[in-house]
Amino acid sequence: MTETEFKGQDFEKSLTDATANVAEFDDSERSALRRFQQILHSTPSLVPLIVLAASLIVFGLLEERFFRAATLTLIMQQIAVVGILGVAQSLVILTAGIDLSVGAFAVFTSVVMGQFTFRYGIPPAISIVIGLAVGTALGAINGWLVAKVKLPPFIVTLGTWQIVLAANFMYSANETIRSQDIEAEAPILQFWGTSFKIGATTATLAVLLLIAIVIIMAYVLRQTAWGRHTYAVGDDPEAAELAGVQVKRQLIQVYALAGFFTAVAGWVMIGRYGSVSPAASTGQIGNIQAITAVVIGGISLFGGRGSILGMFFGALIVGVFELGLRMLGTNPQLTYLLIGVLIISAVATDQWIRKISG
Amino acid sequence: MEPILKARGLVKRFGKVIALNNADFDLYPGEVLAVIGDNGAGKSVMIKSLSGAIRPDSGKVWLDGDEVAFSTPLDARKQGIETVYQTLALSPALSIADNIFMGRELRKKGPLGTILKQLDRPAMNRFAREKLTELGLMTIQNIAQSVETLSGGQRQGVAVARAAAFGSKVIILDEPTAALGVKESRKVLELIQQVRDRGMPVVLISHNMPHVFEVADRIHVHRLGERLCTISPKDYTMSDAVAFMTGAKEAPAQEAA
Repeated sequence: MTETEFKGQDFEKSLTDATANVAEFDDSERSALRRFQQILHSTPSLVPLIVLAASLIVFGLLEERFFRAATLTLIMQQIAVVGILGVAQSLVILTAGIDLSVGAFAVFTSVVMGQFTFRYGIPPAISIVIGLAVGTALGAINGWLVAKVKLPPFIVTLGTWQIVLAANFMYSANETIRSQDIEAEAPILQFWGTSFKIGATTATLAVLLLIAIVIIMAYVLRQTAWGRHTYAVGDDPEAAELAGVQVKRQLIQVYALAGFFTAVAGWVMIGRYGSVSPAASTGQIGNIQAITAVVIGGISLFGGRGSILGMFFGALIVGVFELGLRMLGTNPQLTYLLIGVLIISAVATDQWIRKISG
Repeated sequence: MEPILKARGLVKRFGKVIALNNADFDLYPGEVLAVIGDNGAGKSVMIKSLSGAIRPDSGKVWLDGDEVAFSTPLDARKQGIETVYQTLALSPALSIADNIFMGRELRKKGPLGTILKQLDRPAMNRFAREKLTELGLMTIQNIAQSVETLSGGQRQGVAVARAAAFGSKVIILDEPTAALGVKESRKVLELIQQVRDRGMPVVLISHNMPHVFEVADRIHVHRLGERLCTISPKDYTMSDAVAFMTGAKEAPAQEAA
């Protein structure tokens, strides 16, 4: 060792007497707020849960019929399709992407399930499997374009939204399959619309399916390596790649799984509306509805933060507002106005929570 | 003695820029090899070629005598080369344990793990805590806290702990002390010596001459995309080393590499 080297390290000798604390900040004044921020940071679904509870209480006080079981199960039935699309959307947004094609995929796959059964005489159960496969394949195409061709998710899904929606009208010749025909010849297509009794009220199987999907995906995202990788890819793709995550493969899988869930939503739509209609409004606005649920549910559009459970609460909040305001007899536009306010507040809250790292 | 990690004739071009121009590299078992060089000399590109993050246009790499060609960092990791990148490659929103096990998570035993693929969080947390304590690098209360809530030094500690925990043949550290304070740098240097004492060779890329001269057994001087020379810190001063890497002084006649 050389002479210079000892000089270079000499200044460190005084360290032995130094205080062990690296830095201290006096934050006693704002500590309650900070602690709240920290709790929200570690449990992102808490915000939508609080909003949901508050809106339930407010509507319950304003309208006594609101708290009946029938009202609450009706909300669940109404959000089933949007909720499942929201699961698909959540997966994509967690990877810092966005999926504008979910609604179009849902309508197209429902048309595939219907047309394969009625036009080609394929057994409905097999048509359903084909529909689910078509949804998964379409999702995989989105994923391939995003991961391998490196196109922005917004552009890719803006394109596939239009392509699939147009293909949907062309393929179906804009022809609706009537509810009675489905009921008589292929009731399994309407399976998720089957109602059952809980207590004094009835609900549809679609409600149970939505809850099951939310629980399963919450488990997958939290408790499996695949879920952690999905978050890591959305958080910082370069870091994830260097840490040993196969980012491209993960992205394709995420988009494919999202595509699968859009097809599940397509199947649920047949049960919900009875008929198979290529002109269902979901094709045009399903994507925005799903993004709304995701954003109000506290999932960050920058990726890597948030939970499926939050999205579920977000979808419920929208459902509560829609039905609650209708029961109060207000101008229907008020619903959209308030949802707009919620969206902006949710993103503002997300920004505030993220500041914890700054 | 055979090098544990050896490279010959590495070439990498980015458009018209030649980042690596027939670069050679040798790392011997049980040593700390420092890699120094001016900004833009191609140190990082060479290291990334050895760790699988970049695929060189040509040239060969041998690990333990066997020729290897890594196409991803995962390939290199599977063969026992762990790298701590300058950017640390941590996911800020995920927990310390999640980060340490990223890409090689532990699953629960039995059907919970094989069928439901459930992560064995208790085991992962225990292991992560053990490794961090072993390195004495930090005082973290909650192993489940997200990495973004940690200080710069603590983050560095997590990244180094990850490499030290899983590296079986070579550990590469890219500028590990660049973002650290005096005390944290000291910890990292102690850690490097600790790892070497366990028999694990370490590659240290650094701009900090005092740090390099303190821990390195040999110094690889990189200049204009290739290895200029390899010197021993015992034979040269820091000013010599700086003179070599900036081209202010002719490189010494090469000793046996």
